[in-house]
Amino acid sequence: MAETTLTDTVESPERIAGWRGIAADWSSDQRAFKNVSWGKAMMWIFLLSDTFIFSCFLLSYMTARMSTTVPWPNPSEVFALNIAGRHIPLILIAIMTFILISSSGTMAMAVNFGYRRDRVKTAVLMLVTAAFGATFVGMQAFEWTKLIMEGVRPWENPWGAAQFGSSFFMITGFHGTHVTIGVIFLIAIARKVWRGDFDVARRGFFTSRKGHYEIVEIMGLYWHFVDLVWVFIFAFFYLW
Amino acid sequence: MVDVPYDATTEIPPAEVAEVELYHPTSWWTRYVFSQDAKVIAIQYSLTASAIGLVALVLSWLMRLQLGFPGTFSFIDANQYLQFITMHGMIMVIYLLTALFLGGFGNYLIPLMVGARDMVFPYVNMLSYWVYLLAVVVLASTFFVPGGPTGAGWTLYPPQAILSGTPGQDWGIVLMLSSLILFIIGFTMGGLNYVVTVLQARTRGMTLMRLPLTVWGIFTATIMALLAFPALFVASVMMLFDRLLGTSFFMPALVEMGQQMKYGGGSPILFQHLFWFFGHPEVYIVALPAFGIVSDLISTHARKNIFGYRMMVWAIVAIGALSFIVWAHHMYVSGMHPHFGFFFATTTLIIAIPTAIKVYNWVLTLWRGDIHLTVPMLFALGFIITFVNGGLTGLFLGNVVVDVPLSDTMFVVAHFHMVMGVAPIMVVLGAIYHWYPKVTGRMLNDALGKFHFWVTFLGAYLIFFPMHYLGLLGVPRRYHDIGEVAFVPPSAHTLNAFITVVALTVGFAQMVFLFNLVWSLFKGRHSGGNPWRATTLEWQTPETPPGHGNWGKELPVVYRWAYDYSVPGAKEDFIPQNQPPATRALQGAAP
Repeated sequence: MAETTLTDTVESPERIAGWRGIAADWSSDQRAFKNVSWGKAMMWIFLLSDTFIFSCFLLSYMTARMSTTVPWPNPSEVFALNIAGRHIPLILIAIMTFILISSSGTMAMAVNFGYRRDRVKTAVLMLVTAAFGATFVGMQAFEWTKLIMEGVRPWENPWGAAQFGSSFFMITGFHGTHVTIGVIFLIAIARKVWRGDFDVARRGFFTSRKGHYEIVEIMGLYWHFVDLVWVFIFAFFYLW
Repeated sequence: MVDVPYDATTEIPPAEVAEVELYHPTSWWTRYVFSQDAKVIAIQYSLTASAIGLVALVLSWLMRLQLGFPGTFSFIDANQYLQFITMHGMIMVIYLLTALFLGGFGNYLIPLMVGARDMVFPYVNMLSYWVYLLAVVVLASTFFVPGGPTGAGWTLYPPQAILSGTPGQDWGIVLMLSSLILFIIGFTMGGLNYVVTVLQARTRGMTLMRLPLTVWGIFTATIMALLAFPALFVASVMMLFDRLLGTSFFMPALVEMGQQMKYGGGSPILFQHLFWFFGHPEVYIVALPAFGIVSDLISTHARKNIFGYRMMVWAIVAIGALSFIVWAHHMYVSGMHPHFGFFFATTTLIIAIPTAIKVYNWVLTLWRGDIHLTVPMLFALGFIITFVNGGLTGLFLGNVVVDVPLSDTMFVVAHFHMVMGVAPIMVVLGAIYHWYPKVTGRMLNDALGKFHFWVTFLGAYLIFFPMHYLGLLGVPRRYHDIGEVAFVPPSAHTLNAFITVVALTVGFAQMVFLFNLVWSLFKGRHSGGNPWRATTLEWQTPETPPGHGNWGKELPVVYRWAYDYSVPGAKEDFIPQNQPPATRALQGAAP
C-alpha cells in the first residue's frame, strides 16, 4: 500500500472511527475530508451537481409520461429487434447495458493498476474502457438511426405521445454526450499514462501542474457515475 | 468560544497539504488577461458584472420614464417595455448579483480569508470567467439581433415565452436560453473551486468554525447554486428544444391566430416547478453572501465581536437547506392543491425563524458597540433596515390568501426589490467601500461615499415604499401603460411620476460612485495594509494589494476566531486571527 500514498494526502496517525470521527474531521483545521485530495473532492461535488441535472431530466420525463392523455408507446415493442427471424424485445438495450457495465469493470481494474504504477496495464485497460464506451455510443447511434427510420422524431412518433420521442432523444442524448466526453478523457489520460507523464512528473499542457496517477481514479469516479445513471435511465425509460 | 487547536503551548503540526504549485505568469497576457490568479479573476468578474449591470440600470431608467410619463416617450413601445423588464430582471439577478457575489467577492475573498495561496484549480477557475464572459456577450448580443431581446419576463414562462406574440420570439429567447446554459456551465467550474477551497485548502488553525461569516455565506450559497442551477439548466434545454425542434415539453395544445399549433400535451406548470426550484434558492444564493459580508462589516466597524457566531453559522446553513423546499410559494396563483399551498406557506414562514435570528444578532452586535459611521457601516445599517422591511412584506406574500390578491401587482415588485434588490446591492456597495483599499491600496473618497449612501438609501425608500401602496391599490406589474382605470386614482399617476424622478436621481448617485471608483484609484488616500483595523486574514497580507501567492514565503497560522474586537486587557481593540497568544509570542515559538 505504500505506493498508493499520494503526495498531498498525508493521513494523520490517530483517526477516530464513526460519527465521532466525522465530527472531529469537520471541526479540525485545514481539511474536512482528511484523506481526500482536491481533485477527488471536486469530482464528487461535481457528480452531486450532475445528479441533480439527471434527476431533473428524469422527473420531467416522468411528469410528461404520467400526465399525457395519449397512450405511451410500449418500450419493449419499440426497442425490439428481429434477429435471425426471431422477435426479441429490448435485446439491443440489454447488450448496451451489459457493455457499459463491463466497462465499469475494466475501469476499476485500470484504477487498481494505476495505483500499482503499472503503466502499460493501466493504459491498456483505460483504452479497453474507452473502446467499450465508444461501442456503447455506436450502438446508441444505431438505435437512434433505427428509430428515426421508423418515423420517430422529437416532435412526433407513429405510436402515441409525442413526448416519447422528445424525452428519448433528450435523455439518451444527454447521457450519450456524457459517455462521449468520458471516452475522450479516457483516451487523453491513457496517453499520458502510457507516455509515463505521471512517473516523470511532467507538467500538464493547460494547467502546468504535475499530474498524479490519482487522475485515473478520478476519471473512474466519473465513469462509474455515468454507468450508474444509465442504470436509472434503463429502469425508468425502458423497463417502465 | 470556539475550540482552539493551537493555543499557547501546543506544538503546531506541519501542514497537511503540501505547498501547491502555483502557475507563474510569464507575460502581460498571462498576468492580466488569461490570468489564473483568483484575485485577477475576481476583478475580471466584478468589472464584467458591473458593466452588464449598468446596462440593466439604464433599462430600469427607461422603464421608469415610461411608467412615470406614459405616452411622452415615443421610442418606448409596449414590446420594448417588456424587453426592458425581462433583461433588467435577468441581468440583475443572475449576471450581476450572482456573478458579483460568488465570482467577484468569492474569488477575491475565499483564498485570502481561509489563508490559501489561490483557488485549488486555478486553470478551471480561469475557464469559469471566460465562459461567463461568453454568456454575457451572448446575452448582450440579443439587443442587436432581429426582433431584439426576449420580452417574456425574467421568469420566461412558457407557453408565451416562445409564441409569436412575445417580442424576441425569433432570436431573443433562443440566445437568452443559450446564455443561461453557458452561465451555468461557467458557474459550475468556478463554484466547484470555491467549495473545495473552503473545505480542503484552509491554512493551519483555520477550522470551519473560525471562518469569517463572509466565507460561510459565500460557501453555502455556492453549494446551493450547484444544486439549484441544474433545474434551470434542464428547463432551459427543454425550452430550447420546444422552440427549435418543436417538442412539447412545456407546450400544451394551442390555437394561435385561428390556427391549431403543432404543439400538444406538454405542461407549462412543469416549467414553473423547474424554474422556481432554481429561482427560490437563487434568492438566497444572492442573500447568503450578503448576510455573511454584512456580519463582518458590522462587527469590524462596531469594534465588537459578532453576537452568536455559532447561531449565525447554523442560521445560514438552515436558510440554505429550507430554501429548497419553499419554491412553490411563487406559484400560488398557478393553481395547486390546497394542501400544497398549506405546505409551502408553512415552510416559507419557517424560514423567518433563522432569518430573524440573524437580524437579532446583527442588532445585538451593534448594541453598545463602538460604532464608527464609516461608509461601509452606513451601507450595512441600510441593509439591515431594508432587509427587515422586505422580509416583513414577505410575510404577506408567503400566505396564500393574502398573496392571491396581491399577486402580479406592484406590491410584489416593491417586496422583491426591497429584499433581494436593494438589500444585497447595499451590501455590495458597502463591501466595495470596505475592500477597495485591499484591492487597490487606496481609500475611496469619504465625502463622495457618504453622498452616495444617503442618496441611494433614501432614494431606494422613496422609490419602493410608495410602490407597496400602488400595489395595494391594485396597480398591476408588467403593464406598459395602465391607462384610465376606475380603481386607479389620479394620485397614483402623480406617485408614479415622483418615483421616476427619484429613480433617476438615485441613478445619478451611482454615476458619482463610478467616478469615485476611478478617481480614487489614482488620487485616493493611501490606505496601508489594514485601514479598518480588522482581524481577518485578508488584512494581514505582507503586501497590499496582495501579491502573487498572497502570503509571501510562509502561510499564516490561525490562532483565534475572526471576531476578536475590543478584547478586555488587549493592547489594541482588535487581535488579528494570525496573532499568536501572548505566551507563545514571548517564547518566540511562533513559526
